[in-house]
Amino acid sequence: MDNIAGSKSSLSWVVNISVVALVLLWLFPTVGLFVSSFRTADQIAGSGWWASVSTQERQNPAIRIAGEEFERDGLYVIEGQLFEVEADVSAWGTSSRAPEAFGPGDTAELSKDRTVTVQADGSYVFTATETQEGKRLPRVFTTAETAPEFTLENYDRVLFGASGESNMGKAFFNTLTVTIPATIIPILVAAFAAYALAWMDFKGRALLIAMIVGLLVVPLQLALIPLLQLHNNIGIGKGYLGVWLAHTGFGLPLAIYLLRNYMVGLPKDIIENARVDGATDFQIFVKIILPLSFPALASFAIFQFLWVWNDLLVALVFLIDSTGETTVMTRQIVELLGSRGGNWEILATAAFISISVPLVVFFAMQKYLVRGLLAGSVK
Amino acid sequence: MDAALLGLVTIVVGVGGCVGYFYFSNLILDKFIFPASGPNAGRNINRANLVRPWLFVLPAVLALGLYLAYPVVATFWLSVTDRSQDDAFVGFANYSKMFEDAKFWEALRNNMMWLIVVPAASTAFGLLAAQLTDRIRWGSIAKSLIFMPMAISFVGAAVIWKLVYDARPEGTEQIGVLNALYIWFGGSDPQQWLTIPFWNNFFLMIVLVWIQTGFAMVILSAALRGIPEETVEAAIIDGANPFQIFFKIKVPQIMPTIVVVWTTITIVVLKVFDIVFAMTNGQWETQVLANYMYDKMFRGLDWGVGSASAMIIMLLVTPILVWNVYNARQEMK
Repeated sequence: MDNIAGSKSSLSWVVNISVVALVLLWLFPTVGLFVSSFRTADQIAGSGWWASVSTQERQNPAIRIAGEEFERDGLYVIEGQLFEVEADVSAWGTSSRAPEAFGPGDTAELSKDRTVTVQADGSYVFTATETQEGKRLPRVFTTAETAPEFTLENYDRVLFGASGESNMGKAFFNTLTVTIPATIIPILVAAFAAYALAWMDFKGRALLIAMIVGLLVVPLQLALIPLLQLHNNIGIGKGYLGVWLAHTGFGLPLAIYLLRNYMVGLPKDIIENARVDGATDFQIFVKIILPLSFPALASFAIFQFLWVWNDLLVALVFLIDSTGETTVMTRQIVELLGSRGGNWEILATAAFISISVPLVVFFAMQKYLVRGLLAGSVK
Repeated sequence: MDAALLGLVTIVVGVGGCVGYFYFSNLILDKFIFPASGPNAGRNINRANLVRPWLFVLPAVLALGLYLAYPVVATFWLSVTDRSQDDAFVGFANYSKMFEDAKFWEALRNNMMWLIVVPAASTAFGLLAAQLTDRIRWGSIAKSLIFMPMAISFVGAAVIWKLVYDARPEGTEQIGVLNALYIWFGGSDPQQWLTIPFWNNFFLMIVLVWIQTGFAMVILSAALRGIPEETVEAAIIDGANPFQIFFKIKVPQIMPTIVVVWTTITIVVLKVFDIVFAMTNGQWETQVLANYMYDKMFRGLDWGVGSASAMIIMLLVTPILVWNVYNARQEMK
């Protein structure tokens, strides 16, 4: 288009701005999750993630005074700092009823001749006339501007935290266990069939191809109960073997369709020359077709990987039994949505762990993904 | 670690089994059943070549038959029998039971709305994005960013959008961007977007539109680039403005691709399960057929009605199935 006279219109900056707006709109939700996964629970609750890089004034949860006690001028003194990060206290108090009773630098008189002084930077001095050894020290409520803070703690907690908290570490491993065989096995089965459908002439070939095109769109909802029954009858039950088989079966139509479309387009001469030279079909397939079909194989591998990794329904039906030992990440996230709907630091982190792998695959192999999509849909 | 070992063994057995099967079945066919030597060498080679294609397609045909074709029949059978009566044939009793269920009609109504809104919106946004990104220098980067949600699971997308729709009590800082905007534009009380009947369906649909737009964009962008330049040039010479070029020259030429994109997204919509399951689980009048089916089958353990609703999904897919098969056959001729 650019080389056509007259098409370089003054509209081009409008186009640029529209695309920027569109891209931002599409990215915004994901970036929100990403940013939230690095924030503490207090910060997430205190301000929207879009405000996370600006300092924010908010009321902090109560902080209990703690520290080494020493004697000065006949008083028992504890000194310390309320915040680990830079902060600017605008008001503070010592009870939840009046959390903003004092300004920075003021001294609060407490019962039993104790006093607390909090400075604007968050440092405090606590004094008492008798030793506070073994006694409960007062709490300080603050309203402060705190600098933005980001942490990796959520990831540590979600992945390696006490078992039962989120199980994401285990679920990550289980998801991987489901995904890898379920991606590799259908490729091979499909590749042989696709070769036969593309390059061998036999009765019923057209019918088979039509059948595969039809099966492409059969909703897998129909397969759930009959196959679960079947798995139970032949003794597989719920487990990895069942889910691998199911994913293989469900992935086959697309695999055969994509690979056949690609193989049909390979140059006829090579194959016929090989035949003339005495190569068997098996040799032609292994030595010529497979290496040449690499782009199509890669396309399908990405589709199947994304689909299996992101799947929830098949795992729920064929894999996860009542013990929950074989849970996958998507299922864990749904559980977390139910049980910890408000704990955004946990949810965001768990979700981001689960989508990070597909995102890496996506950006690394986008070329093949696009090629596969085009081969699969444009006719 | 057991599972990892099992996985590894499965890969080895699966891959080795496949390769072994193909290698040895070909070997047996050529060496023992129809050896290409002796008095009948020529005839044997021909016979072997008649059988060989079936050796290649057999594993795939078996798997397809067992995992996709058989279940269609079996599910139909389940939908006309009753498990509690020892699998007795009950005709369409399950269907009439389902038709009396208000939840089913709610699911069907919602599904129809999904079927209209999601393919239309995704295709429209995809077309817009394709047209715009093709005209700028950083278009490919923009494309891959809009395409990115394709890689995100429905469940992950559900979490992402739940954060967007989050509502905090009135007076506190809103952390969901939709409510933050709503308050900023003068709204008084934060809304629980996903619990507002009828409109909440659209908030769920947005999630799928967000995911599918990238797909539509990629396909349509390829189609747009395939348009012969002469047609566009001719239109420019005739004095057409950019909008006329787009709607009267380009869109009609890529109509077949638009249909393909539309039907592909339609099928995704018919199977949509995870988004509703994770975000509302069909509460607040957001039920859809796939989730209704899951509900009946695995929570209500009512296989009859569950299978009946699965058959309804199949019924809705059938026109597209027939259309696709018809097109594929046309192409092969």
